[in-house]
Amino acid sequence: MTANGDPPRTLAMGQDTTGSARATLEAPFGRALAALSAARPEIVGLTADLGKYTDIHPFRDAFPERFFNVGMAEQNLIAVAAGLARTGKVPFATTYGVFATRRAYDFVAIAVAHSRMNVKILAGLPGLTTGYGSTHQAIEDLALMRMIPGLVVIDPCDASEIAAATRAAADHDGPVYMRLLRGAVPVVLDPDAPFRIGKARLVRSGTDVGIVSTGLMTERAMDAADALAARGVSCGVLHVPTIKPFDADAVAEFAATVGQVVTAENHVMVGGLASLVVETLFDAGVARRVTRIGLPDRYIECGAVPTLQARYGLTADAIVRRIEALA
Amino acid sequence: MARNSPPDRVDLDALRRRATNLRRHMLTMARGQGQGYIGQGLGMADVLAVLYFHELRYDPGNPRWSGRDRFLLSTGHYSIALWAALAEAGVLPVAELSTYGADDSRLEMSTLDTTPGVELIGGSLGHGLGQGVGQALGLRLDGSDARVFVELSDGEMQEGSTWEAAMSAAHFGLDALVALVDCNGIQADGPMVLDMEPVAAKWRAFGWETVEIDGNDIAAVVAALQSCRVRDGRPKAVILRTLPGKGVARIEQSEKSHFFRVDVREWDGIIAAFEQSVEGMP
Repeated sequence: MTANGDPPRTLAMGQDTTGSARATLEAPFGRALAALSAARPEIVGLTADLGKYTDIHPFRDAFPERFFNVGMAEQNLIAVAAGLARTGKVPFATTYGVFATRRAYDFVAIAVAHSRMNVKILAGLPGLTTGYGSTHQAIEDLALMRMIPGLVVIDPCDASEIAAATRAAADHDGPVYMRLLRGAVPVVLDPDAPFRIGKARLVRSGTDVGIVSTGLMTERAMDAADALAARGVSCGVLHVPTIKPFDADAVAEFAATVGQVVTAENHVMVGGLASLVVETLFDAGVARRVTRIGLPDRYIECGAVPTLQARYGLTADAIVRRIEALA
Repeated sequence: MARNSPPDRVDLDALRRRATNLRRHMLTMARGQGQGYIGQGLGMADVLAVLYFHELRYDPGNPRWSGRDRFLLSTGHYSIALWAALAEAGVLPVAELSTYGADDSRLEMSTLDTTPGVELIGGSLGHGLGQGVGQALGLRLDGSDARVFVELSDGEMQEGSTWEAAMSAAHFGLDALVALVDCNGIQADGPMVLDMEPVAAKWRAFGWETVEIDGNDIAAVVAALQSCRVRDGRPKAVILRTLPGKGVARIEQSEKSHFFRVDVREWDGIIAAFEQSVEGMP
C-alpha cells in the first residue's frame, strides 16, 4: 500500500519499453520488411497469433496474400516456415523469443537449421523488455540458439540496426534467429554505419576499461562510457550485434587494448555473450579480468520494465557503478 | 522425363509386382545390416508401390524438378521402405541398397534430406505434416498444381505438433495436401500405448476429408488416392490399416516388429520363404 492507502501502481502490463530516453522509430522491423518485400516476391511472413505484437503488421497489411497466421502453435509456425522455404520462399516468422526457443526448439534445430532452410525467426520480448514475468522474458535464448549449428544469431541494439539486420537477414542464404525490439524503438547508433552479419562495431574508444556489449545493452554501455569519461575513466565500447558467427578477432583485439573487460547483455550471464567473450579470450591467449553484467541464474519476477532493469543492473547508472567499483 | 501424371488406366497386377519388388529390396537391405525397421516398411510396401508407380508425378532423373508431387516420409525410421521405392523407381541405384545403415551410406536407417528423393529430415516424429502444410502453401503461391503427400503414423498422432498442422491445413484450405496415416498398431514400447481410436473421426473433426481403407489392399489404395485428387478446398486424409511385416510370414508373426534383428542364417531362411511365397504371382 502507498502512503494514501491506494494499492501501488504497476506498469507491468502494457508497459512496453526498452527504457531509453532517445528518439524512436515505430515498428522498424515490420517497416523494413515491408519495404524490401515489394521487390522480393519470395519473401513471406508468418506469425503465431502475435502479428500486431511482433511488428509484422506493416508486412501483413501490404502483402496479405503472402502472410500466414497459424494461430497459437509455435512448433507448426516453424514447421510451416521450413516447408515454405523448401519451395523457394524466404519466410520471416515472428513470435516471442520464449516460444521460438523453449517451445519450438526441436523444429528450429531439425526442420530449419539441420535442413539448411532459409528461414528467419524474429523473436520478441528479449531479456527484460516485458513486465509479464518469466513466461514471456526470453532470458536464455541467445545461449540456446547459439548452440545450434549453422544458425545465425543477432541481438540488435536499436531501430536502425533492426532495419539493417532485417535487410541483411533477407540477403543471407540460411537460417537466422534475430531478437526483436518492438513498438517505439530508440535510435542509438549512427544510422549510416554499415551492418554486416558477424561483424562487431567499435562505438566508443577507451583504454582503462573495455565494455563488450550486445543488444539494447550497447545503448547503456555507450551512456556509461560517456559518464565515466567525465569522471576521468577511459572506457571503450565494442558492440557485438551478431552472437553467431561471433567476431572473435575483433573481441580479442579490443580486449588486448584495454586494462580490463566488462561484458553487458540483456540475458543470463551463462551461455551468452559473457561466455563467448571468455571463450574467445581463452582461445586467443589474452589474459584480462572479465566482469559480467547480465541477469542472474534465476527466473525474474513480474514488474515494470524500468523497475526490473534497474533492479537487475541493466541501466547505464548500474554499469557506471559496477565499473567504478572495479579496483 | 516426368511420369505418372497419374494415368487413368490402372494395372493392378503390375502394381502388385512392384510391391513385391519393394519387399524384396527391403529384405536385401535388412539382411545386409542384420536388422532394421523392416516391419513398418513391409506394411507400407503396397501404399508406396501405388504412390511411386501410379499416383505421384515425378521425374526419376531429376528428383528436384519443381513441378513434382512431394512425398514426405514423416516417420524417418521407415527409410528402408523409401530407399526401396526410390531404387525401384530409378531415383537411386538398386546396387546401393546393400549399403543400408552402413557407415557413410546415403541410405541411413533414418532419413536425411541430402539423399536424392528425400523431402525432409525425418526421425523426430511430428515434423512431417507441418512441413507439408508449408510446402503446399508455397506451391499454391506459385500457382503450381503439384500435390503434397505426407506419410505419418498412428504413434505420431500422439505428437501435439501433428494436430497443430492438421488444424492449419484445414484453415488454409489446402486441398492439394494428402495425409497418409499409417495405422499399424505398434509404437516403440509395443502395441499402441495410447489408444488413438477413433482415428478417422479425429481427422474428420479437424476438417479433413477422410477415407479409411486396408492399406495392404492395392485396389483400395488406388481408389482412395484417386478420391484425393478432388480440389474442393479441403485437405485429404487416408487412414491406412496396415499389417507390420506384411508379406513376410516370419516378420508378420514377430512380436518385436518395431525393430527387427535376427542373424544372417535366419535372414536367408526368411528370404527363401518369401521368394517361395511370391512364386507364381501374376
